[in-house]
Amino acid sequence: MGVATETFYDVIRRQGISRRSFVKFCSLTAASLGLSPFAATQMAHALETKPRVPVIWMHGLECTCCSESFIRSAHPLVKDVILSMISLDYDDTIMAAAGHQAEAILEETKEKYKGQYILAVEGNPPLNEDGMYCIDGGKPFVEKLKYMAADASAVVAWGACASWGCVQAAKPNPTHAVPIDKVILDKPIIKVPGCPPIAEVMTGVITYITTFGRLPDLDRQGRPKMFYSQRIHDKCYRRGHFDAGQFVEAWDDEGARKGYCLYKMGCKGPTTYNACSTVRWNNGVSFPIQSGHGCIGCSEDGFWDKESFYDRLTTINQFGVEANADRIGGAVAGVVLAGVAVHAGVTAVKRLSTKRDE
Amino acid sequence: MPNTTRPSRFQEQVLAGVADIGGALNRELPINRPTIYVYEAPVRLWHWVNALAIVVLAVTGYFIGSPLPTLSGEASDHFLMGYIRFTHFSAGYVLAIGFVMRFLWIFWGNIHSRQLFYLPIWSRKWWSGVRQELRWYMFLEKEPRKYIGHNPLAHIFMVLMAMSITVGMICTGFALYSQGEGIDSWQAKAFGWVFRLFPNSQDVHTWHHMGMWVIITFVIIHIYAAIREDIMSRQTMISTMISGERQFRDDRED
Repeated sequence: MGVATETFYDVIRRQGISRRSFVKFCSLTAASLGLSPFAATQMAHALETKPRVPVIWMHGLECTCCSESFIRSAHPLVKDVILSMISLDYDDTIMAAAGHQAEAILEETKEKYKGQYILAVEGNPPLNEDGMYCIDGGKPFVEKLKYMAADASAVVAWGACASWGCVQAAKPNPTHAVPIDKVILDKPIIKVPGCPPIAEVMTGVITYITTFGRLPDLDRQGRPKMFYSQRIHDKCYRRGHFDAGQFVEAWDDEGARKGYCLYKMGCKGPTTYNACSTVRWNNGVSFPIQSGHGCIGCSEDGFWDKESFYDRLTTINQFGVEANADRIGGAVAGVVLAGVAVHAGVTAVKRLSTKRDE
Repeated sequence: MPNTTRPSRFQEQVLAGVADIGGALNRELPINRPTIYVYEAPVRLWHWVNALAIVVLAVTGYFIGSPLPTLSGEASDHFLMGYIRFTHFSAGYVLAIGFVMRFLWIFWGNIHSRQLFYLPIWSRKWWSGVRQELRWYMFLEKEPRKYIGHNPLAHIFMVLMAMSITVGMICTGFALYSQGEGIDSWQAKAFGWVFRLFPNSQDVHTWHHMGMWVIITFVIIHIYAAIREDIMSRQTMISTMISGERQFRDDRED
């Protein structure tokens, strides 16, 4: 990977990318970030003049779906651009170096770019048994993570693992996997949740940080507002059917064929913040709902522990009883109603008998 | 029983009528007057508006969670879910604004208007009232005591199951509403903290739904207790929430 002092523009020109394509990329990215047309110029200027930002990309307990998503950005240019834009100094999955050579890069970056590099984390650290459930380079991942985070300027949490915990943190969470903000406490963390996050969202976030030299605006949960401020439901193309009251009732019914709303099939669109319904996936080809399957809410905290993906009303696990709000509430109301009836009966009998006594 | 309310003109006239026989007006007035004005007009209005809002909210809320059977034809021909949600949100606003107004009324209203907003847990007399009322409901007491406002057991029940749950429903309700209004809306600014407690709004939906069942349970007990007390206790109940006047059936002390 390149020397970090050259600019991004130097690198792409060397790679044979025309200025025209470069400007197109800037416009496209500015648009996808929801910035004004002037931002494209600003972006181009930044990428021409600023030194590339060194990025350390670490992998904890994860499935690499974030990396897979990242290298499949929609615009054919984007993945090249991004990979050149940042000086991706370390990414054990896609880097050429291996073993001691690779580990040496970590030391070098930590020293040379103290307080300047970005730490991108895919996956999360398990804490049980002193972190022995995830060993990376001979050390528990949690130690390596804390070590590298100490001198980073900012931390990017890729995907649901780093942001929330994801399936490895599912009950009963035997390895005690925790989201990275539980172990990195003193650095700004930007969460880019999703399982995986959308490629354009990932590249957009990186471009923003590189261009403006700061993290984008974050919401209450630490997610970039530009991509996570609206629900799937808010921009869903099937929303009209929802408002009309037209639902798929079964997977093979008329409604399913006509593309009605998947609300009754447990679609988590109404509770999921992500950009799927606008940016879509695989070069904007489709997204789950468009393919006829409800959203499973993969960018939401705890989505893996909310029972079936196909229930509208969430199953509640309490006292070993699994039921949804209606069943529990209905049972309680029923019992109370029966209790009231019995009480009324006893009251009546008691009153009649005391009357007779008098 | 402490009683600072002066007898109304009407009461004086009635008592005057009675007094014709024994000249009661010249004697000391009895400690327990036959009727006392308890619930002022705004309190009564709030009660019934609130009751209506709860009915509308529960019905529409249920159909938001479990929608009606699907409609056929063009999507543009219908707006059923839209109307149900609109009704729910409107009734929600009525309930929330009503609640705020009702709270503000404690600064203008009589002493009884404040009862719903605190529990006198420091009062030994109140706790003895709780015990007595519990025993009355377990058929261990011959008769209940007389109370001008809520009896202590009803008081606990009102504060914990009606007022607290209403606050919870308003907070979770507006938090969920803010999801549609957007993160820049005042609803999101005022109630977005709910998502700190429950980061995944799916849980907020679930608890909001459970809240409905708590309120339904409250309504069952509330209506039963009102009817039962109206018949069994020493004071009026149902008519009190209509006229505001509480009439006692005897003038014995507790």
